[in-house]
Amino acid sequence: MTQIGEAQLLRLLAVALACFMAGALGALVCGRSARFARWVGHVAAILGGLGLLFLSLAGLAGNTFGFFLPRLIPISGVALGLDRLSAFFLLVIAIGALTASVYGLAYTREYEGRHSLAAYGFAFNFFLAAMALVVLARNGLTFLILWEGMSLASYLLVMTENDRRETLRAGWTYLVMTHAGFACLLVGFLVMGHFAGTMDFARWHALTGGWHGPARHAVFVLLGLGFGSKAGVIPLHIWLPQAHPAAPTPVSALMSGVMIKLGIYGLVRLGFDWFGPGPAWWGAAVLIVAAISAVLGVLYALVEHDLKRLLAYHSVENIGIILLGVGAGMLFQTYGLHALAALALVAGLYHTLNHAIFKSLLFMGSGAILQATHTRNMEEMGGLIKRMPQTAVCFLVGSVAIAALPPFNGFISEWLTFQSLLLSFQIPARATNLVFVVAVAALALTSGLAAACFVKAFGITFLALPRSEHAERAHEVTFSMRAAMLLLAISCLGLGVAPFPVLSFLNKTTFDLIGTQADVRFQWTSIAAHGAFATVSPLWIAAALLVLLAAIPIGLRLTGANLRRRTYETWGCGRALQTARFEYTATAFANPFKRVFGLLYRPVKELDIEFHPESRFFMRTIAYRNEARSIFEDALYRPLTRFAQSLGRRARVLQSGNVHVYLLYILIALVVLLLLAR
Amino acid sequence: MLIGILIELAQLLLVALGAPLLVGLIRKLKARLQGRRGARLLQPYLDMRKWLVKEAVVSENTSWIFRFTPYLQASVMLLSALLIPLLTVQTPLGFTGNIIVLMYLFLLATFFLALAGLDAGSAFGGMGSSREMTIAALAEPTVMIAIFAIALRVGSTSLAEIVRRGASESMLLLNPGHLLAFIALFIVTLAETGRLPIDNPSTHLELTMIHEAMILEYSGRHLALVEWASGMKLFLFLSLLANLFFPWGVAMNRNGSLVLLAGVVLALKVGLLAAIIAVLETSMAKLRLFRVPELLSGSFLLALLAVASFFFVR
Repeated sequence: MTQIGEAQLLRLLAVALACFMAGALGALVCGRSARFARWVGHVAAILGGLGLLFLSLAGLAGNTFGFFLPRLIPISGVALGLDRLSAFFLLVIAIGALTASVYGLAYTREYEGRHSLAAYGFAFNFFLAAMALVVLARNGLTFLILWEGMSLASYLLVMTENDRRETLRAGWTYLVMTHAGFACLLVGFLVMGHFAGTMDFARWHALTGGWHGPARHAVFVLLGLGFGSKAGVIPLHIWLPQAHPAAPTPVSALMSGVMIKLGIYGLVRLGFDWFGPGPAWWGAAVLIVAAISAVLGVLYALVEHDLKRLLAYHSVENIGIILLGVGAGMLFQTYGLHALAALALVAGLYHTLNHAIFKSLLFMGSGAILQATHTRNMEEMGGLIKRMPQTAVCFLVGSVAIAALPPFNGFISEWLTFQSLLLSFQIPARATNLVFVVAVAALALTSGLAAACFVKAFGITFLALPRSEHAERAHEVTFSMRAAMLLLAISCLGLGVAPFPVLSFLNKTTFDLIGTQADVRFQWTSIAAHGAFATVSPLWIAAALLVLLAAIPIGLRLTGANLRRRTYETWGCGRALQTARFEYTATAFANPFKRVFGLLYRPVKELDIEFHPESRFFMRTIAYRNEARSIFEDALYRPLTRFAQSLGRRARVLQSGNVHVYLLYILIALVVLLLLAR
Repeated sequence: MLIGILIELAQLLLVALGAPLLVGLIRKLKARLQGRRGARLLQPYLDMRKWLVKEAVVSENTSWIFRFTPYLQASVMLLSALLIPLLTVQTPLGFTGNIIVLMYLFLLATFFLALAGLDAGSAFGGMGSSREMTIAALAEPTVMIAIFAIALRVGSTSLAEIVRRGASESMLLLNPGHLLAFIALFIVTLAETGRLPIDNPSTHLELTMIHEAMILEYSGRHLALVEWASGMKLFLFLSLLANLFFPWGVAMNRNGSLVLLAGVVLALKVGLLAAIIAVLETSMAKLRLFRVPELLSGSFLLALLAVASFFFVR
């Protein structure tokens, strides 16, 4: 392993940040020419992304740095550092940044003359730089400032298409949720800092070891809520299905693929680095929230027919799957089963990387469809596989990967998660065992439902006849968009067939955190968890499938089968005409699920038929509406907003408009503060 | 090395050639139970030959997915035949996948078959795909929890290890948890292979069919491959049930005569399960589609009990 000096790593970081800064400022300066701003913003982001990629690879190889600027911000100063966990998340950010920039270069051409590319280029580069710095931050204040910068930059990006009402609403929801989360983080960090006596991350682990009492639980809950709201766990997920569809596609890919993973980063730091092994209910709470997020996320995705909203709900699901690994790891750690804890964490982190890749791919596919058909409504698509063949193949790869089917990457991480959950029987506590059983069932149901959902997503969108004129006239997107998708599709296959290199880096990452090797052996040809408990050989399976796929046509030829093919109409029970109206729709496809899980969806059905005045046997118009309601918005958020509004109305009494009264308030506040802070 | 290859080849041929016979056997038994003479035992082979001789008619709406799927179906089933310890626990490729890998391979096949059902653009295909995926998704938790129940007692999810432990400890099989897991997996087998009371393999009535609706557009060699693959899936599921829960007769080494004996015993065990299916299909009517989830949640409950019994009875 090559050792790289601190100075060189810092120089690399400085170069990457300089690229982002040049891109941000360059886009603003060149704002007059939209075309120029687009090129400057994206090329700089690509270069910066490359810098991050090298930095992350160096970090994964075991190089570290620490960097402290005492005077840049008051009280604690700026502290940055690199370890393997940071480097791993930096890798996720770098992959997302590179592909989203390549893709965005072509995608945002549509915005020329319609939306401000200067603001977009500025916020895009700022966003990337802030995300990279968040995972490098090494004290509380640095972290919080960068975290807020990241949130604000992503808010600006969500607001790019600000001429639509939907975007304004989504932006508002996102802003509120992200700041509610930020408030939790702020209080959590302050309490932690108060009890630990320092805001320095590196010293927290040692200082929290002997710390007991309610404040410790409060910190865990507050930070968990803060990071959970960014990750989008249920019930803090409501901003995802609004903000991701409203944002421009490269930003959706970055937010869904990368930014929500920083919530995971925070939770991993919290559960494994800042705190040592915690009480069992911490891990159990994470596990239960994860199971609920996974199952409900995919269930909401199933009845969603807006392609980007569907993908957003799948992010909720996959965050759930990742947290199943993380939560299992925390529980194993509680019971002192460190090798299994490392295995579970490896599974969760591998799914983090995999989800970043296939979700970016799928969002980019949906963006390509959006540009080709100008709609996100699946009911107006169909037949796109013939009009956009390369996008179709990429989207199919993403679909199979997210459905966790072999031989793609999602399968490997879900397989590892399953093994770590099954191995939970070694925990000698009955209640905990039952929590794990629930988690296994939830993960199984999730993977089955995800497969169903992506049969719908791919089948209705790409197969059969086009359902609208837009879909009829669709055509393949430009090269740079396809290139980005192809790169991600190949990564899906590569990480699915040969997971060995990344897994062995992850093994070292978890070793740094937990101090034990994971209970799993990796080789190029096989993965073996817990001795002979479970083995899989992705390489052999892929090779055998390939051989068999080639052997069957040869076998058919040898047996003298009739190899001719005639093209004819679809059989239609004798109807003369086959049109797209005979096809199964996305609504129809999801309907069995809607009935089976009716308790959750509480579907609203409306059927309006206007009959012909002469006879009831002829209809003039027919309108059918069938939608699922969100329990969380109805039962949780609406009462909350109502409460906040009524509080505001009451507080209005204080606002008299009289300056003297305001001066009195200030005086009272000052006196109270002085008394309190004696 | 050579013996290893021979064993894998034997398993491959057993599944590939045995599948149509199994389908024929169930049909014949059902016919006799219903008081008919029925088609002859070897009819499925003749059907296959007929389809192979005919040209394939492909809908003009379809894409490469439709034409690729039959090959994938057959490949996945043949690959599974290499992984499962059908004749001996010492299969050379057994290490490439445990029971979870196997279940995901089956799900891969289902995924593509459902896509192919949507590809032709007929309402039947879509209906079949939607229903098939509903049932597949709802069956998945039962499968995993039943696997969990087995893994708890055996301490492994490796197929060969489960068979080996089962054969060496006969008391394991009398365990109530094991029996509950068996019943749960049996119900799932009926669902996954499209048998009564979940799906009727011999219906072509539009409103009730599931599997048949999905493959309605297939003809010629494509139909032959799809039918062959679904026969192999049935064969594989029944041999899994037979060998995981009743591992008698499976060879523990690569001894030629023992392997041969294992083949005979497997044929008997699968034949017995086929007879049970035939009796069930004769005595039961198909469930309404929206009653199927109730059956599947019942099987899920059994699997859950199987797991719970381990934690509370140990």
